Amino acid sequence: MAQKYLGQAIKRTEDPKLVSGLGHFVDDIKLPDLHNVCFVRSIHAHARIRGVDTSLAAALPGVVKVFTGEDCRGIGSIPCASSLQGLKVPHHPVLARNKVRYVGEPIVAVVADSLYRARDAAEAVSVDYEPLPAVVDPEQAAAPNSTFVHEEFSDNVAYVWSLVGGDVDQAFKDADRVIKQRMIHQRLVPAAMEPRGVIARFLPGEKELTLWSSTQIPHLMRTQVAIMLGLFENRVRVIAPEVGGGFGSKLNVYGEEALLGFISMQLQKPVKWIETRRENFTATIQGRGQVGDVEIAVKSDGRVLGIRYTVLADLGAYLQLLTPAIPTLTGLMLTGAYRIPNVRMDVTGVFTNKVATDAYRGAGRPEATYIIERAMDLAALEFDLDPVDVRRVNLVSKREFPYATATGLSYDSGNYEAPLKKALKISQYPRWRRHQVKERKKGRYVGVGVSTYVEICALGPSPAMPAGGWESATVRIEPTGKITILTGVSPHGQGQETSFAQIAADMLGVALEDVLVLHGDTGVVQYGIGTFGSRATAVGGTAVYGAIQKILKKGMLLAAHLLGVSRREVQFRDGKFFLKNDPTKSISLQDLALASYTARKLPPDFEPGLAAIYFYEPTNFTFPFGTHVCVVEVARETGTIKILQYVAVDDCGTIVNPLLVEGQIHGGVVQALGQAFMEEAVYDEIGQLITGEFTDYAIPRAGDVPWMQLDRTETPSPVNPLGIKGVGEAGTIGATPALVNAVVDALRPFGVRHVDMPLRPEKIWKLMQKETS
Amino acid sequence: MEITLTINDRTFKADVEPRLLLVHFIRENACLTGTHIGCETTTCGACTILLDGKAVKSCTLLAVQARGKRLTTVEGLMKNGRLHPIQEAFWEEHGLQCGYCTPGMIMAAYHLLQENPNPSDEQIRRGLEGNLCRCTGYQNIVKAIQSAAAKLA
Ligand code: FES
Ligand code: FES
Repeated sequence: MAQKYLGQAIKRTEDPKLVSGLGHFVDDIKLPDLHNVCFVRSIHAHARIRGVDTSLAAALPGVVKVFTGEDCRGIGSIPCASSLQGLKVPHHPVLARNKVRYVGEPIVAVVADSLYRARDAAEAVSVDYEPLPAVVDPEQAAAPNSTFVHEEFSDNVAYVWSLVGGDVDQAFKDADRVIKQRMIHQRLVPAAMEPRGVIARFLPGEKELTLWSSTQIPHLMRTQVAIMLGLFENRVRVIAPEVGGGFGSKLNVYGEEALLGFISMQLQKPVKWIETRRENFTATIQGRGQVGDVEIAVKSDGRVLGIRYTVLADLGAYLQLLTPAIPTLTGLMLTGAYRIPNVRMDVTGVFTNKVATDAYRGAGRPEATYIIERAMDLAALEFDLDPVDVRRVNLVSKREFPYATATGLSYDSGNYEAPLKKALKISQYPRWRRHQVKERKKGRYVGVGVSTYVEICALGPSPAMPAGGWESATVRIEPTGKITILTGVSPHGQGQETSFAQIAADMLGVALEDVLVLHGDTGVVQYGIGTFGSRATAVGGTAVYGAIQKILKKGMLLAAHLLGVSRREVQFRDGKFFLKNDPTKSISLQDLALASYTARKLPPDFEPGLAAIYFYEPTNFTFPFGTHVCVVEVARETGTIKILQYVAVDDCGTIVNPLLVEGQIHGGVVQALGQAFMEEAVYDEIGQLITGEFTDYAIPRAGDVPWMQLDRTETPSPVNPLGIKGVGEAGTIGATPALVNAVVDALRPFGVRHVDMPLRPEKIWKLMQKETS
Repeated sequence: MEITLTINDRTFKADVEPRLLLVHFIRENACLTGTHIGCETTTCGACTILLDGKAVKSCTLLAVQARGKRLTTVEGLMKNGRLHPIQEAFWEEHGLQCGYCTPGMIMAAYHLLQENPNPSDEQIRRGLEGNLCRCTGYQNIVKAIQSAAAKLA
């Protein structure tokens, strides 16, 4: 295959419409007679609903109908796809009846002929609550005397899950030192800039329900909404138009989606709901939420013999699609890029009176990387070693791949030393270390943080996934020779309209402009899984590759027939089928396509047309890796952190488009910075979210962010023919520990060995009030 | 209330409720949906437009406050079917991913470059204080604005 586009920094084909404001997000879709839905949501974290009075609201001008939980009894439970053993799955209604279990839980839906009137009506609804004690702290939730979030269960423990590899107890006996540390992964708000939103239109004649939803998984949503509403799946169509970011928060099936469909069917009118930012904070899933105790067994040379992690996962009040599964991913990646033969993780997932946690960029893996990368620094501190040396002693070496981890995974390929070397060189690591010593003497506190991460991507082989891990593609060569790709992934900023076109254009020898990539519409695209888990290019791109291979195979047969030779005498290159020993005798892909559709001269038993569908099932995950180095200076007087340098050297396998890869790293590192330094969903003791808007919850702004120096190494994955590993989550996985390690390192003169995120100035300032050395 | 205002050189006349937000007027009455809503509380900048040449957040104003004014939205930047240099620069530098913050970013950049045609990295970042992006990490947005500055010079 000619490499005209693959590997090139091609600017995105999706951009002209987006920079001109002509793209269509859910809220931009106009339908005749479109009505607006607004929700009345719980103001209490835990309360009994004594009564709901909707009479005032129903009588307001423009109000069509008011729906309560009673009206929606027929709608099925909001689904959880995880099937962990012994998991307690509470009923999760689209509108609460009798009881509310988190602030933001929807109770009433009002429908009116304008947004303003719907909001007026929502305010006119009165709910009579009987407040109950709220379960906020996950440790309290696990305590035997706690209030129950769900009365039907005898406690708040949704499940316990363990992962054991090797002989951990022996490892701890053999250790020179055992290092323990409690680590908190605070709850985070994904905060995609486009809030969620749904338009539902039921056509009574066609009996077809169409949902436009800001989602990462249109097909899974179609199936689940059909089940919830008792509809035939093939009468439900889900369209994900432009989607303004997801980061996992839109990898879900929410109550609003089925409910809007239900309302549209009841009223026989199209209806729309666009989430407010307040709703986005309180009622869209949050990320992380783990409180855990880490123990590592270390030899005095820094070798880590074993790791134990005992953790409480704060699940929230209900289980969303993948809620319980997220902490299990932490377990899988706990040993990181290191040769640690003994591991044990025990998770207890607890219900609390908060919105559910679920996948947020990285989903369980940032926790793992943070734990092990912090632990490496703790080991270095313990034995007064350089953190880089401790890593080097433990890193899996290039010769050991495929590497079987104690957690049961097989790391596909790697060369962990390569990005480490590069990152140290670019950052001039030794120079910073010398600088640090000098600065300390002057009372200035510089810290250097390193993270040598590995992540698990390209989710994933179906047996390891709750709802299928393959991906699909249809490739059509149209009669005029234009190429149409229908992909089952659902990009929302990652740029696969471009990267898939690059793959197809090179494989087929056509111009990039000739390829159109369609996605996100279940009425157009064959069943697919969607975009999450850094899978779109590695799994979805391979499906495109597979479909094109099928087409080329078929094309060979027809070309041979048209050229009057046998199949073996034909070759394909640069958009032409030609005779091996006489390249002047050829037929172009365009002409061949036309011939396949006009179908006047086909080989016997040859299906007309030139299209193929391919479902690609990966045989393994992929394991990208890299090294991030961060240098900070902490201000003694204010506790503020200044990043002096940030270097990220990532290896995500073969790269289709470096522009897109760098964009993913930039965005991921900055989200990691958000977690490390700024962000935290704070609930008070009665379960009120006090960081419920952008005014109270700080996400990074342009001025908070350092200039990132990026570089890469390229170690192809053997898992798929293109060698792609995936990169969507590398930033949030690799960067968080580098940032925190740097700050803790800076605080070393103050006797600090660990600080929990977010590292806000006041926390840092307090730690600097007691100088010890 | 009766209002008349100009958006992208087109005149709009309408009878609106006094409480109607300008951003809703732009999106619903004028059907220009390039101006996005990310918060409605003046914190995200997705709704940034130009009002008499100055960048403002259109969720912070009432439609009636824009009476008689000249507005420019992102749709108004393209001239004769050609992207504005700032739009072009965002495209070339990969200054957008999901594209939701982009119209607001571009309008903020427009204002910024008008005030300061040759801004430093730091000045750009300060100029974007009111605009949030969750996808790009801002680096390529900064690059795009630098490149647009060079194009416009
Ligand atoms: S919508 Fe206006 S600032 Fe966010
Ligand atoms: S590009 Fe998605 S929010 Fe900026």
